[in-house]
Amino acid sequence: MAVSRDRLLTVFSLFILFSFLAYADSNFSHYTLRILQNIAIFITLAVSYNLINGIAGQFSLGPNAFLAVGAYASAIFTLSPEEKLRSFIIEPMLWPLSVISVPFAASLLIAGIVTALVAILMAMPVFRVRGDYLAIVSLGFGEVFQVLANNSMSITNGSLGLKGLQPYTNLWWSWGICVFTVFCTLRLVNSSYGRAMKAVREDETAAEAMGINAFRIKTLAFAFSAFFQGVAGGLLAHLITTISPSLFTFMFTFNLLIIIVIGGLGSTTGSIIAAVLITWGGEALRFFEEPANLFGFQYEGIPGMRMVLFSVILILVMLFARSGIMGRSEFSWEGALGWIKNKLSVMKV
Amino acid sequence: MDLLLDINGLSVFFGGVQALNKLSLQIRKGEIIGLIGPNGAGKTTAFNAITGRIHPSEGSVFFCGKEITGWPAPRIARNGIARTFQNIKLYEDLSVIENVMIAAHSSISYSFIEAILGVGRYSRDEARIKSRAYELLELMNLGELASEQANSLPYGSQRKLEIARALALNPRLLLLDEPVAGMNPTETREFGQFLLTLRDNLSIGVGLIDHDMSFVMEVCDMIRVIDHGIPIAWGTPSVVRNDPKVISAYLGTDFNGAMDNHATN
Ligand SMILES: Nc1ncnc2c1ncn2[C@@H]1O[C@H](COP(=O)(O)OP(=O)(O)OP(=O)(O)O)[C@@H](O)[C@H]1O
Ligand SMILES: [Mg+2]
Repeated sequence: MAVSRDRLLTVFSLFILFSFLAYADSNFSHYTLRILQNIAIFITLAVSYNLINGIAGQFSLGPNAFLAVGAYASAIFTLSPEEKLRSFIIEPMLWPLSVISVPFAASLLIAGIVTALVAILMAMPVFRVRGDYLAIVSLGFGEVFQVLANNSMSITNGSLGLKGLQPYTNLWWSWGICVFTVFCTLRLVNSSYGRAMKAVREDETAAEAMGINAFRIKTLAFAFSAFFQGVAGGLLAHLITTISPSLFTFMFTFNLLIIIVIGGLGSTTGSIIAAVLITWGGEALRFFEEPANLFGFQYEGIPGMRMVLFSVILILVMLFARSGIMGRSEFSWEGALGWIKNKLSVMKV
Repeated sequence: MDLLLDINGLSVFFGGVQALNKLSLQIRKGEIIGLIGPNGAGKTTAFNAITGRIHPSEGSVFFCGKEITGWPAPRIARNGIARTFQNIKLYEDLSVIENVMIAAHSSISYSFIEAILGVGRYSRDEARIKSRAYELLELMNLGELASEQANSLPYGSQRKLEIARALALNPRLLLLDEPVAGMNPTETREFGQFLLTLRDNLSIGVGLIDHDMSFVMEVCDMIRVIDHGIPIAWGTPSVVRNDPKVISAYLGTDFNGAMDNHATN
């Protein structure tokens, strides 16, 4: 009974969300729509990043690299052969990549799979041994990717980057993928695989003594997380329509780290809330970096000011609210309805 | 085929220190075998070597006729050897019921794709794992605590939870490292009774380390005594209790006091 009630409420909420998006699509400015899409992409990234860092407890610094891999993988597959011929001016593109062109949806799937494979290759040496090597290796991979992308002229077009991507990514694609990612992640976390991930995070020795192959579970978490980060990369590429090796800086990873820590490491709900707050807040705080006239004083605006602010917020959270907004708890209809009933009864009295 | 565990000449070195010296031990189905010895004798090290947590330097471990020496820990666990830890190792931030359900991970038949889509064998398996976990919690008298966080439990209940978790593996052999440490005499006696019924009902083998001599003498069929890694005695509780080598190994400890207690009980 409770299960079908919860399902009904979830479907209803999704209906509200997509109705809002439909309204937004025809009424909001281009700029606002862009922010809404960024929010969806950042929720996708944060939720999947939280899976490896928060749920499985393996400290990765890889999202920007995975984003880049996904962006390139999908862009290479959606560009038309004519466009490829036009952009690859220094060295022609490698056959058969030069003649292949697939629909956007297929390219997102390819982006996810390629990125997950890269993650599995990385996991092989790293998870074979115990210890926090993942952070170093995933961080290093970001640099390695840049070098590779700059030098594989016939695949990535080097530092010239890929231009002229079709702007396939819209409100529906970004929010559709976002909802799908959250759905898959929640299911995974609530399954035996998710519990095994948490067990490895809590105590690897005890997990292994209970028959859990820690190597496999960590690799699964990492590959799952990378898959969705790769898909998000594909979305981002077709939102900005021009990508280059230096675009996916460590700032992406840094932002995501802030998001999942502020949301509460290990809480998918927290990641979603914080992704909305930080992405939207980041736009709202843009005026700090722009010249303004404040009460007669001329304020020049300081570029990078938002990053300083976010760093300060991160430090404050680490000092005074270590468990973030949600701690490790999750949203549930049971809890939400209980909370509302509580408020109502207080209001009556 | 009643022989579960068959250890021959098992040795473990830590650097130059020999923590275990040629231990041999057999555990059959339906037996409770004690492993005792003074502090630092190498008892926990023996369990670690059997369960694959550390690599033995010499010797062999057979389980149900299969050689498992040097196998990785998860594989040994899945083959039917479950253990508890001397310094309790629970998944502290998770709920009591989740702790138990985790040990059933190797028994699930659904793939991770089925888990994500929530189709196929997913619901049936989850229901089975959950009801089995509740059963085991009831068995250990932890039923009401199912949704508590594991590290909020009192010490004695944490030990019981570890045993419930170990049983969720459906083991053929259960290795308990100081299960009654921190329990009072009444709890200890109850636990002894519980262990005997468990052994009879599940017809499993049990390996038991403990410093509570009266408890060990009460429940064990046979006892192996080691000192400084070296096996010094083997026999029934009454034989071991009167062995001069055992008495001198425990010299200066409360072994005799514990024995007297046991005699008067
Ligand atoms: N990982 C390790 N590295 C180095 N030495 C170790 C290690 N584990 C145990 N030892 C040493 O091996 C010896 C045996 O230790 P072990 O823990 O097996 O003793 P025990 O019989 O379980 O003692 P207790 O009754 O105190 O639990 C001790 O001297 C201990 O210091
Ligand atoms: Mg010990």
